[in-house]
Amino acid sequence: MAVCIAVIAKENYPLYIRSVPTENELKFHYTVHTSLDVVEEKISAVGKALVDQRELYLGLLYPTEDYKVYGYVTNSKVKFVIVVDSSNTSLRDNEIRSMFRKLHNSFTDVMCNPFYNPGDPIQSKAFDSMVSAMMVQAC
Amino acid sequence: MSPTQWDLPPELCCRPMAFVALTGLDVVYNAVHRAIWDAFCANRRADRVPISFKVLPGDHEYPKCRTKRTSYEWYIPKGILKTGWMNKHLNLVPALVVLFYELDWDEPQWKEKQSECATKVEIVRTSLQGRNTKVAVVLIQKKTPLPPGEDVVASERAAALCNACDLSGKSLFVLPHTDHLVGYIIRLENAFYEHAQTYYYTEIRRVKSHKEFLNKTTHQLLFVRHQFKIAFFSELKQDTQNALKYYRTAYTLVHELRAHETNMLEIKTMAGFINYKICRLCFQHNTPLDAIAQFRKHIDLCKKKIGSAELAFEHTAWMSKQFQSFGDLFDEAIKLGLTAIQTQNPGFYYQQAAYYAQERKQQAAHLCGHEPSVSYPNPDPLETPTGALDFYGQRPWRQGHQSIDPPDAEKEKTGILALQVKEREVLHSELIIALLSNAVAQFKKYKCPRMKSHLMVQMGEEYYHAKDYTKALKLLDYVMCDYRTERWWSLLTSILSTALRCSYLMAQVKDYITYSLELVGRASTLRDDQKSRIEKNLIKALMNEVPEAEPDCDAPAVKAAQSLWNDRMALAGSNEFTIEVQDYVPFIQCKAKFLFPSFHVDNPVQLHVYLRADCPHPVRFSKLCVSLSNQEYNQYCVVEEPCQAKDILEPSTQENMCLVPGKTRKYIFKFVARTEDVGKKIEITAVDLMLGNENGRCVFLNWRGGGGDAASSHEALQASRSFKRRGRLPEQQVDWDTVSIQASTMIISRVPRMSVHLHHEPPALNNEIYCMMVTIQSHEDTVAKDVKLTAGLKPGQDANLTQTTHVTLTSSEMGEDSHSALLPDISVGDLQPGQKVEKPLYIRCVTTGSRIFLFHVSYAVNTTVQNKEIVCKCHKDETVTIETVVPFEVAVKFVSTKFEHLDRVYVDIPFLLMTDILSASPWPLHLVTSQLQLASTMVAVDQPQSQVELVVLQTGECASECFCLKCPPILNGTSSVASGQYVISWKRKSASENVPVVHTVITLPHVIVESIPLYVHAELPSFGRVRESLPVKYHIQNRTALVQDVEMSVEPSDAFMFSGLKQVRLRILPGTEQEMLYNFYPLMAGYQSLPSLNINLLRFPGISSQLLRRFLPSRIFVKPQGRQVDDTSIAAA
Repeated sequence: MAVCIAVIAKENYPLYIRSVPTENELKFHYTVHTSLDVVEEKISAVGKALVDQRELYLGLLYPTEDYKVYGYVTNSKVKFVIVVDSSNTSLRDNEIRSMFRKLHNSFTDVMCNPFYNPGDPIQSKAFDSMVSAMMVQAC
Repeated sequence: MSPTQWDLPPELCCRPMAFVALTGLDVVYNAVHRAIWDAFCANRRADRVPISFKVLPGDHEYPKCRTKRTSYEWYIPKGILKTGWMNKHLNLVPALVVLFYELDWDEPQWKEKQSECATKVEIVRTSLQGRNTKVAVVLIQKKTPLPPGEDVVASERAAALCNACDLSGKSLFVLPHTDHLVGYIIRLENAFYEHAQTYYYTEIRRVKSHKEFLNKTTHQLLFVRHQFKIAFFSELKQDTQNALKYYRTAYTLVHELRAHETNMLEIKTMAGFINYKICRLCFQHNTPLDAIAQFRKHIDLCKKKIGSAELAFEHTAWMSKQFQSFGDLFDEAIKLGLTAIQTQNPGFYYQQAAYYAQERKQQAAHLCGHEPSVSYPNPDPLETPTGALDFYGQRPWRQGHQSIDPPDAEKEKTGILALQVKEREVLHSELIIALLSNAVAQFKKYKCPRMKSHLMVQMGEEYYHAKDYTKALKLLDYVMCDYRTERWWSLLTSILSTALRCSYLMAQVKDYITYSLELVGRASTLRDDQKSRIEKNLIKALMNEVPEAEPDCDAPAVKAAQSLWNDRMALAGSNEFTIEVQDYVPFIQCKAKFLFPSFHVDNPVQLHVYLRADCPHPVRFSKLCVSLSNQEYNQYCVVEEPCQAKDILEPSTQENMCLVPGKTRKYIFKFVARTEDVGKKIEITAVDLMLGNENGRCVFLNWRGGGGDAASSHEALQASRSFKRRGRLPEQQVDWDTVSIQASTMIISRVPRMSVHLHHEPPALNNEIYCMMVTIQSHEDTVAKDVKLTAGLKPGQDANLTQTTHVTLTSSEMGEDSHSALLPDISVGDLQPGQKVEKPLYIRCVTTGSRIFLFHVSYAVNTTVQNKEIVCKCHKDETVTIETVVPFEVAVKFVSTKFEHLDRVYVDIPFLLMTDILSASPWPLHLVTSQLQLASTMVAVDQPQSQVELVVLQTGECASECFCLKCPPILNGTSSVASGQYVISWKRKSASENVPVVHTVITLPHVIVESIPLYVHAELPSFGRVRESLPVKYHIQNRTALVQDVEMSVEPSDAFMFSGLKQVRLRILPGTEQEMLYNFYPLMAGYQSLPSLNINLLRFPGISSQLLRRFLPSRIFVKPQGRQVDDTSIAAA
């Protein structure tokens, strides 16, 4: 499953980012950050063409040698990024979609929390455990 | 950079073109030959056939052809592809040798020449022994040839020459050396091209024919070699489609080879070559997706083929090269018109190449970490007898060896050692940086700013590893702000840590302090122990001591750095730094605010500066100062250590100067604004905080404006969004997030304690002298000095109002013209506390409408602010809107003496002028008098006297006057004449005595005057009675200077009987009048029409009786017959 899951604010700063294995965290941070280039480009392209505004899933952002990076953008321009291992060929597009949907649902729950201030880093246990469930279990 | 082992050979990367050798040309000494050669090589554009030409001497030795193998049965190949093969067919073995020979058809010594030519051809043939290379002869001729078939000699001799040289007719050409050289050359080269194609075709056939002799067990290498050769020949033949097909086969075959450690490099090298060719051809065929797919396949297949573990760096070097050359191919294709996209551009390949280069570097560091004593083996195992390898990708110490195990373990060992020692000398960082900068250029082009930043960070880190700290810092510093503005703190921290190490190793004090400031602060994601370490180092740097080395720096560099730091310490002078922190996220936050957005000048200006430290340990500062836009106030906004502290770490009694982590500290400044600054803005231009002291190093943290840094605006936004109600903090403590910056304040004048009252009766009447009573009363506690009143029309209104409004202080001055609409600075003098002064003001508005009037009272008063005596200027403004209305309407009409409306008047006949004055004023009007000023064309019948004198008109009341006038004779019959003016003198009833009377002049309308020749008027009683005689006398007046004949008749009427002349003609002398008497006898009661009198003037037929009849009454009221007073009836009643 995923090796890194990130939630990025509308202004492109991270709200939540977690990766396994944790020792190479910085690399994943860079991967997620650079993938925002493609996300931005895709969002602006959608804005221009007005094609199916309701499609939130952005698909494969870009492939690297080792990882595949997928993107998803909510209507409030909060971005979700999922990084999976390139060697993991069993994951199909549909599964990635459903992961994003789950992530979105859980994120909506976080937003519904009256004690959460939008724009602050996410520190929700429920969200955390949901993300953990989607990540590769670190050995 | 010199070509390395991993670079692709140039003969692989070029575009193969048919090789044609030209002989018999003396390009040095013979101008004609030179011109021919130039025509061949100049302007080789895409529309010319792809041939590479070379001039060779006639007796040139071509590479010898090995004897043809008749059987492959016992042949064991030593490698896949010989290193010289491609070059041989590109540059050494021609497809066609062309012999140039000067010979004209009419050559006198034909026989000799012919045999010489044949000899030359023979020489070429001999040197090409065994090759299929074609030979052609070109005769250079001075004369233009005749059309084919006409020159019998030519065709005869051509046939003879062909025969002598053993040439086919197709291989003999004639090149007339005339004007159209280039045209002939182009035709020639097309013919050459055909020959070359044929040659390569036969070569392909020849190689293909070997196939049947091969077997799958021993000749696997040959399968690859032959496919490669066929493909290469196809390329030479410019048959790229087939070339691609054969290369693909070759690629499949190369991976079918039995791979083991000894031949892994050879297989990979060949696979790389073939892959390069395939990708290149795919791009050339404009199928970039095929190229990318092939490359991916290639990488997937080869990724795991590492080969010898001791030489793992060779694999990564090779991988890096694969990516790099694909990137180059991709980039080249883009230059030729291919469009790339953000997610598929050469940058990714360069980036991956850089990653492999980095991996290579790590592996090299790991595998080549020999003791320095280990020297390069001698004799050199990499040395070969020829100085080069025979086959691509083989080991120099065991060339041609194709079995699984190395022939000599010892040799193998020294060979590997030699390679490892060599690898040690490679400048890896240089390679990595070059690749990264290639990638940066690409990502910049394809709109990937973040990827670009990331690669620049990697470049910076690589420079750091290469110990080029200056370049490293430059790159890191450049991208740092991108990460800071995007608030990726984890990445920023990592970059800052590297930058800190660089600045430490270079002993760049200012940079060191700047990066420390940020790494200790809240944006840093470092652990507290690291922050604490950095903070301690920072304090050391501030005390002019050498800070501890950063972890993970290598030892010799640290040593060098320490001596640098010691040098820095010795250097005096440059120990003061100013760091502009608003673009960073320093560990001390600052917010400055004026307590209010404006201050009255008699109140002290209050300024609060809040400071907060985010570092792990308390920090002391030695000075805090605020710079304001008016620098005179700066002296009041300083917090400074009263005495020089001996030690920065000493627990000071100056608790005030110590910032405890997480606690907000407030500094209050108060100062009295100068009275000159009233109406001006005071801004905080900067807040400076001094860390360290003069004995060590001083660092000024400088916040532009009212504080705040790169992160604070977002934090403030988040805090404002947050609904978290923070609990009340203990006294003296402030919640940081609730403090907002207020960087400027206005100094406004003191609140006036003076009242201005206006007493007047609006609205103002047009033209009236309107009186306003201004009452100024002082409520000050001291004497208000120099009180001045500015009164009048408020500036900034319609410009016309200035012209139509007059303001004065005395009512009597009003007559003059030179009045302004605004009276500035009317001196009132000093006012004692509680004293009141009244000023009347007279305003005259010449037009109606609304106006705003301003009453501005200014004065000076002495007050004390914070034991400081200041003179405050105060002012009080009062405005009032006054409407101006018309006081009355005047209506004028002309009527006849019978009060009938007149549209014209007649000469010398009296008429009445009536005027109606209708009051529209809400206040009673006092009409003082009225006066009629008649024009010369009109005279009054009697002395006209005002009939409305001293009348008071209430609102809506009307006063009327009536004047009897007549017009003196005029020159011509009809004309319009002026009547004159009507002057009404009036004032408001309530106005005081001294207010002058207003004279309103009304111009009377013009009237049409007409002179008539005959005037008739009747004299009759006011009423008649039924059956009682009614005497009527008509006066007929002749107003001309002529005798008039008048015909008169009275028409009968039912209501009257009458006696008198019914019809008469009479003559009236000039200026006289005739009387006609009638006795009417009314028959009916009520209003009755009189019998109408018809008058005809025989001399003036135009004057109709209709006109004259207007002067005469037409009806009369007839009363019924009165009853006799009857005594009996009275008695009966």
